[in-house]
Amino acid sequence: MSSEFRPYTLIAELTYRCPLRCPYCSNPVDWARRRNELDTPTWLRVLREAEDLGVVQLNLTGGEPLVRDDLEPLIEGARQLDLYTNLITSGIPLTRARLEGFRARGLDNVQVSIQDVTADASDRVAGYASFEKKLEVGRWVKELGMPLTLNIVLHRENLDRVPEMIALAERMSADRLELANTQYLGWALVNRRALLPTREQLERARAAAADARRRLLGRMEILFVTPDYFGEYPKTCMDGWGRRFIVISPEGLVLPCHAAHTLPELTFENVRDRALAAIWSDSPGFTAFRGEAWMPEPCRSCSRRTVDFGGCRCQAYHLTGDAAATDPVCTLAPTHGLIDAAHAEAAASNASLRYRSPKLAAAR
Amino acid sequence: MPDAISLESRPRLAAKVRLRYDRKAERYMLLYPEKGLVLNPTAADVAQLCTGEHTVGAIVAQLAAKYGQDVPTVEREVMNFLVALTERGLVQEAP
Repeated sequence: MSSEFRPYTLIAELTYRCPLRCPYCSNPVDWARRRNELDTPTWLRVLREAEDLGVVQLNLTGGEPLVRDDLEPLIEGARQLDLYTNLITSGIPLTRARLEGFRARGLDNVQVSIQDVTADASDRVAGYASFEKKLEVGRWVKELGMPLTLNIVLHRENLDRVPEMIALAERMSADRLELANTQYLGWALVNRRALLPTREQLERARAAAADARRRLLGRMEILFVTPDYFGEYPKTCMDGWGRRFIVISPEGLVLPCHAAHTLPELTFENVRDRALAAIWSDSPGFTAFRGEAWMPEPCRSCSRRTVDFGGCRCQAYHLTGDAAATDPVCTLAPTHGLIDAAHAEAAASNASLRYRSPKLAAAR
Repeated sequence: MPDAISLESRPRLAAKVRLRYDRKAERYMLLYPEKGLVLNPTAADVAQLCTGEHTVGAIVAQLAAKYGQDVPTVEREVMNFLVALTERGLVQEAP
């Protein structure tokens, strides 16, 4: 395969289990039915195969990866392969001693999420009393001399507090602050009416982040990920389908993104059944939207088709019912009215949040 | 703003950064959270010398000798590269 399609990053979703219940979780809404997690030897084999294929970055995530008891051998295995390993975690449940063990085995970066800047607000969104513990984990990371990324998912209820979030990240000496607006898939789509902010809120927050980025240049990296629903064009979802990323779900499905297995027309192979390189290069799930051949108009003749690669396939499916449609967030898409309608619906709504639970999927 | 880099600075890679040889592209790359930067051979030489032991002046002298180029040209290139890396938080001055 041409070098245009080379995986640089493996996103290892080790489990869908998590003590938190955030209503914008990116895990599939039927997560509770997907229980058969890969074992340690299989993950270690996957890491070797991924590195051989070109992967240099490893994100250990979930669910909550800390609920697995084999993070230690996985971190050690990744380090032996010279992978840059990032632990993406809520910080629950963790002890300082375990974190020290991660460092000793070669963990490169710790990304801790908080949900807001006060215990009340953060714990309410997480559905779990966790804020103080998260701050403590952040302190441990810095005390142990490890780089700290602080991640906060933004939505209508907390977007106005971006300046306080930046101040908190500075107090915590975070090396990196990721302010990521909710992407409306998975649980966030269930809760879209309650989460979608106004454009004015978004612009104020974006300006605050831009000011801080200039002020903290060289000291703290600040990322501000805008929500899809406010752009003129779609984002370059996953840098294009099957171009740069491999996601492996807890049960071993090899995916181009963390939600691809919610697309019913596609079949994805399991890393238990076939070598990763083969799955990457020719499995139907990966080839379906790779390159440009699948594109409908207006994408097919659009000059941006090699910039955004047609946007997000999961968003196209979940909003229009057709995974091969132009991403509706694009202002050129024939279905863009769906986005305007979503804004209007959210503006008129005072819906309350529905927490991630094992049961909602069955109820829908 | 980060402190200005001078010829007396002793740059080192930030804690979040790892230098790795990429055998696919046959290039060194700097890896940091969720990103990577592919380096050309000269940039890789500079990055390898960012250990906190060498001054910028010493790095420039070493590269000028290695590539047989004049010092002012090399100095300009090394400085530009180090300033860019410092602004991204990838290089810091050793204490």
